[in-house]
Amino acid sequence: MKKLLALALALAMALTVSACQNSPKSGAGSAEGADDALTVGFIYIGNANDGGYTQAHHNGAVAMEEYFEGKVKTLVMEEISDTDKQAIRSAADSLIDQGATVVVGTSFGFGDTLYEMAQSGDYDGVKFLHFSGNLMADNMGNYFGATEEPRYLTGIIAGLQTKTNKLGYVGAYPYTEVQIGINAFTLGAQSVNPDVEVNVVYINSWYDPAKESQAAEALLDQGCDVIAQHCDTTGPQLAAEKAGALAIGYNLDNPTAAPGAWLTAPIWRHEAFLIPTIEKIMAGSWTPESYYGTMKDGYMDIAKLSSLVSPEAQAAVEQVKEKMLAGEFHVFTGPIQDNKGNTVVQEGETLYRDGIWKTDYLVQGASSADI
Amino acid sequence: MSLLRVSKRAELPQGRVALIRTAAVLLSLAAAAAALAAFGLNPLDIYGAIVEGAFGTGMRARQTVIKAVPLIITSLGILVAFKMKFWNIGGEGQIMAGAFAAAYVALYHGDLPRPLLLPLMALAGMAMGGVWALIPGLFKAKLGTNETIFTLMMNYIAIKFVEYLQFGPWKDPEAGGFPKIAIFPENAVLPNILGVHAGWVVALAAVAAVHLFMNHTKKGFEISVVGESAETARYAGMNITGVIVAAMLASGGLCGLTGMIQASAIDKTLGVGLSANYGFTAIITAWLARLNAVALLFVCVAFAVLLQGSAYIQLAMKVPAAVAGVVQGIILFFVLGSEFFLQYKVSRKGRV
Repeated sequence: MKKLLALALALAMALTVSACQNSPKSGAGSAEGADDALTVGFIYIGNANDGGYTQAHHNGAVAMEEYFEGKVKTLVMEEISDTDKQAIRSAADSLIDQGATVVVGTSFGFGDTLYEMAQSGDYDGVKFLHFSGNLMADNMGNYFGATEEPRYLTGIIAGLQTKTNKLGYVGAYPYTEVQIGINAFTLGAQSVNPDVEVNVVYINSWYDPAKESQAAEALLDQGCDVIAQHCDTTGPQLAAEKAGALAIGYNLDNPTAAPGAWLTAPIWRHEAFLIPTIEKIMAGSWTPESYYGTMKDGYMDIAKLSSLVSPEAQAAVEQVKEKMLAGEFHVFTGPIQDNKGNTVVQEGETLYRDGIWKTDYLVQGASSADI
Repeated sequence: MSLLRVSKRAELPQGRVALIRTAAVLLSLAAAAAALAAFGLNPLDIYGAIVEGAFGTGMRARQTVIKAVPLIITSLGILVAFKMKFWNIGGEGQIMAGAFAAAYVALYHGDLPRPLLLPLMALAGMAMGGVWALIPGLFKAKLGTNETIFTLMMNYIAIKFVEYLQFGPWKDPEAGGFPKIAIFPENAVLPNILGVHAGWVVALAAVAAVHLFMNHTKKGFEISVVGESAETARYAGMNITGVIVAAMLASGGLCGLTGMIQASAIDKTLGVGLSANYGFTAIITAWLARLNAVALLFVCVAFAVLLQGSAYIQLAMKVPAAVAGVVQGIILFFVLGSEFFLQYKVSRKGRV
């Protein structure tokens, strides 16, 4: 009896598998959803209500959907681990199966899988957009922002508000994207307070609420009195509030989690990229691009400064922000030394996007440890 | 003080067992339905959508199979150890160890022809996974150490070792400083058979092999005897250490094979997320299958249906990921709970 069952199951498995073979491209293109709306599928690493990174992406998606008034439908796969490739592929396939012809992956770790799909030839009817990566294909583009601009502004605030001259920074990975933010933050702080030092703790994850708070606590114990972060949740802000310190968030204007600590945050306005891009896709005029939005473009911004920010700091931020909006301020202007004493940007030299993205060092005044 | 008394049950008649199991499944569906209704969702729609989501289209069926493959092979590995009452909680580590060895072959000998490279990766993966399980096995045989703790700790060593490789010597210099290991060469990637990576054929073959091994070979029989009573085995003149070595090599070897398949077919590289908790989920599935290889195939496919269907309802019915998790949890709670009532009797105690 059981042997029969096994045989039947094996047969069923083989049959389902061969059924897939008959329609290998059934997912690609417009399989379902007969209505005219363009379906855009999003893959998130965290929860859409995480109060930080993923919520910022989700707000962009919602704003985009509203902008198109029914002509665009969005689908969402939340909490997809960016180290579990089976889960990533499954999420992308599910979105396409549900009719998505645009797939947006919003974590660096999704890149390889999306690229593989884009290159495979099985998904030519689908366009892939990847946040924070650099991979491109005929049907895949990427997008990111000049985080160095708002990071620099938040550094100014931290440099003026610290009493211990020790700033804490919870970083995800010792990776270029994160190092750019740390360096910009440090340079901003040093521009108003030459004695300031920035202590970084890497948690080796983008999204890990427990580790994010632990790292912040370790920094607070070392005497840091302003905590900045390059990780996804409000953990560091909560830790700072509990210790009576100040916090600078990231990704989203969300003072509600730790109102007693919140100063401001470098934030994204993802709709500033999504709306024109989706518009082009609908018009059929889209070509793969590597988008890099600035404050001037309205893609990057600094959140509204809280009442904890001193008038002096407000004025200092306003002054530099104006120059940035006019496109006249460049964060990485030499001379800049790394924390080993090497000159990394020469006097009179300015780094633009390509130069900035070669960063593999921390600037003088910043030092790091792992947790 | 307690008013309830729990005692071990005598063997129940078959009909009674079937009744309790069926009741558990029905109750779980009813309880999950109540939970879904509390979220304002129609349970019947959701259940229908889960099935629809697992088999409705070629792509969905393919995803279900892809999800079932690592579960089946890992569960078989767990089954062999559990038959010997060796509580192997180290599936995660054995998967990682196997994936590491396969990755070593792929990254350093990737220029070998595919028909040679893939079997070599599989052999390396199985050997490494086997060794990873054998270490706690030998310690238990020789020194009587606690295998639950030992195998669990071996997980962290394997995962941290892969993390070390990822951040250190194996870090891909092309990745702009991001800590990841290079993608395997094309030759090291499992080909598709009938539209799904070849792992499904391996999984079916492994079910047959483990079934034959456990039920129709001397070693398989000895493993069960050692599990029932080491004393009996010793009295019967069995070489207990030899049995433990064979069982652990088979158990860890199967987990290592999962590591090789996932690294080759899915990740196409080595990474810390690769084991994806299969080593722990497999404990549940092996247990639900009552350590029977054939039943295990059925249970793992059902589990994959639940996983794939849950992913589908998230999208199709806009059900939050957490709700799908609640449904899965409730179903498991009842089905696993019924096993307790099959083995133990709960009776009322008189007042103390």
